[in-house]
Amino acid sequence: MSPSDFLMIPFSDWVNILVREWIVPNFRPFFRALQVPVSSVLNWLDAFFNFVPMVAFTAVLALIAYKTAGRGVAIFTLVALCFIDMIGLWPETMTTLSMILTSVFFCVVIGVPVGILAARSDRLWKITRPVLDIMQTIPSFVYLVPIVMLFGVGMAPGIIATIIFALPPIIRLTNLGIRNVRGDLIEAAEAFGSTPWQMLWEVQFPLALRTIMAGLNQTLMLALSMVVIAALIGAGGLGLTVYTGLGRLDVGGATAGGVGIVLLAIILDRITQALGEQQQVKTVSLRQTFASLFRLRAAPAGETRSAG
Amino acid sequence: MKAKLKVENVFKIFGDAPQDAVERLKRGEDKKTILEQTGQTVGVQDVSFEVPEASIFVVMGLSGSGKSTLVRMLNGLIKPSSGSILIDGDDVASCSAETLRNIRRNKIAMVFQHFALFPHKSVLENAAYGLKVKGVSAAERRKRGLEALERVGLDGYAESLPSALSGGMQQRVGLARGLATEPQILLMDEPFGALDPLIRREMQDELLALQKSLRKTIIFITHDLNEALLLGDRIAIMKDGRFVQVGTAQEIVANPADDYVAAFVADIDRGRVFTAETVANAPESVQLATDTAETAMQSMEDLNRNALYVLDGEEIAGVVTYQDLSTAVRENNGDLASALITDFPSVEGDAHLNTLYGPASAGLPIAVTDETNRLVGVVEPEAVFAQLSGDETSQGETPADTAPVAPARTVAPETA
Ligand SMILES: Nc1ncnc2c1ncn2[C@@H]1O[C@H](COP(=O)(O)OP(=O)(O)OP(=O)(O)O)[C@@H](O)[C@H]1O
Ligand SMILES: [Mg+2]
Repeated sequence: MSPSDFLMIPFSDWVNILVREWIVPNFRPFFRALQVPVSSVLNWLDAFFNFVPMVAFTAVLALIAYKTAGRGVAIFTLVALCFIDMIGLWPETMTTLSMILTSVFFCVVIGVPVGILAARSDRLWKITRPVLDIMQTIPSFVYLVPIVMLFGVGMAPGIIATIIFALPPIIRLTNLGIRNVRGDLIEAAEAFGSTPWQMLWEVQFPLALRTIMAGLNQTLMLALSMVVIAALIGAGGLGLTVYTGLGRLDVGGATAGGVGIVLLAIILDRITQALGEQQQVKTVSLRQTFASLFRLRAAPAGETRSAG
Repeated sequence: MKAKLKVENVFKIFGDAPQDAVERLKRGEDKKTILEQTGQTVGVQDVSFEVPEASIFVVMGLSGSGKSTLVRMLNGLIKPSSGSILIDGDDVASCSAETLRNIRRNKIAMVFQHFALFPHKSVLENAAYGLKVKGVSAAERRKRGLEALERVGLDGYAESLPSALSGGMQQRVGLARGLATEPQILLMDEPFGALDPLIRREMQDELLALQKSLRKTIIFITHDLNEALLLGDRIAIMKDGRFVQVGTAQEIVANPADDYVAAFVADIDRGRVFTAETVANAPESVQLATDTAETAMQSMEDLNRNALYVLDGEEIAGVVTYQDLSTAVRENNGDLASALITDFPSVEGDAHLNTLYGPASAGLPIAVTDETNRLVGVVEPEAVFAQLSGDETSQGETPADTAPVAPARTVAPETA
């Protein structure tokens, strides 16, 4: 004997009715419209990366790796990218890279402000935290179905699924970083008459930057891990290579795609981690950090660089 | 002098029912009972005071007595539960956010116990933070930031990061940051509390030296009574959120209001509290031109003193002792000038007693002079030591500005 003998709750029917008969007909145009910014950023990045010659791209990324993470990572980047090109996956890799950067871009655009707002209001954080918990615990397959129903299939829905999956860490760590800024520094900023914006820009954000960069790194890694799953709903790139390889039991193809993903993951992980660690050495300001990415010469003497 | 800052009946209760606690306090319940019965913490209760322009007001009390809470209410970092805090007539407790911001930008700055320097900004950027917030141009900021750093002797470190400096230097940067915006009021919450004793003394002296030229209105928090007595023009002793005594250093040390204050005062360095004026006798003297050794000896007998200062018109010519005069009468026919000691000890009226040990050791009375070098009082060496020992009964001297009453002392001090 069990409760189900007396009462059956038609839960799945309820959800069907809710999604099919209410959300889809009423909100479909809204969700379709959400795709527009995602698609345009993606198309722009994709066109860009496919336009840049492989040699130029490799050189620039290796240089960035050298500036931020040191010689070892730079050499690794060089070798890995050449290998990817030689196994014939260059276009797919660029597509995957533009998908990931698009997802991460939107994660930052959404996640950093939400994290900052959550850090400023305990009430907002009380609401945000369970939502993030749910986002992180729902298996990603579960929301593929509603996403397909609302957004259809293709690249943009794949990226939207990725954004949902990869968003929590950057919100969490932005919130954490801002909240962990020493209380007396906040007090000092306030005592000299800072506006809330000045407080954020001059004190909270720069001091939280290292933690936020750690969040960015995690978000990036989560986005990479969604590459194959997003291929299920029509996203392309390396994920598609793996997925089709699986479908045709083509071990070689699937492995090649997988290796491509792993190599890309290692490069991006090392570079973003190093970016975060630079903040540890407090000599480098926010602006300098970004400027150093584009500076071709060695850093001027006297500016201590991160050793680790 | 005009009151720069006026605090009236300020209460601060931490908790969700502050008004109830304020009522209870007014009915006479104490901090402990209120905490037990209502769970509300009394931070500050019924504090009122005024600080005149260009003076240092020190708030002194033990940990948890509400000093930080009080000082944070003065620039609106904490809102009082009731009462008003007037800065040039604006009530910090009830003004708009915009007004408060303007007050903070232009009139009142703060120096923190643990320095609270921004670790990601250079020393110069830290010093100029208040200017940046105000929207001062980069060039002007640099100029005024450097000026402020120069004042505290750190202009050579403008481009360093705070973490590269020692504690004392970091607090100088904190002070420079407070001075850069040229506020009239400076709040200092235990600014030297985190420093070593030696550095602390150095900083105290430096603050006093700076204050001579800056003439800010300073509210200084400390838990060290010696520091309070040294720096404060007026001192408030705080306990359980309330002022138990407010007065000058000398008033507090000479007349502690209750046992709590008396316990503090018991082991302080009195030499740093009392000044030459407090132990000086009336500036009795004889004239070089008109008096003779005999008339001078007669005056000493009348005044019951062993030595007297000799004036040449308004100028101090020197000092003569009874002993030397009697020798002079025997050998030099009573010439006053022949017994004159021109190498006499002299101090200014506001010199602290701890600076008088040297002059007193000569055994001669010390001349107390004003800024034009005129004699305004005379300090007998033994009066210095009587005051230092805190022995009220032997403190028979009266201040120089009251009617001279000669002490009935018969034992002559040894003359060297
Ligand atoms: N935010 C707060 N919430 C609750 N109670 C507080 C708060 N801030 C201070 N208090 C209480 O108010 C009282 C006064 O604290 P305050 O920090 O002003 O003391 P203090 O004299 O500055 O001590 P210290 O010398 O340790 O800095 C203490 O009993 C403290 O517990
Ligand atoms: Mg305190």
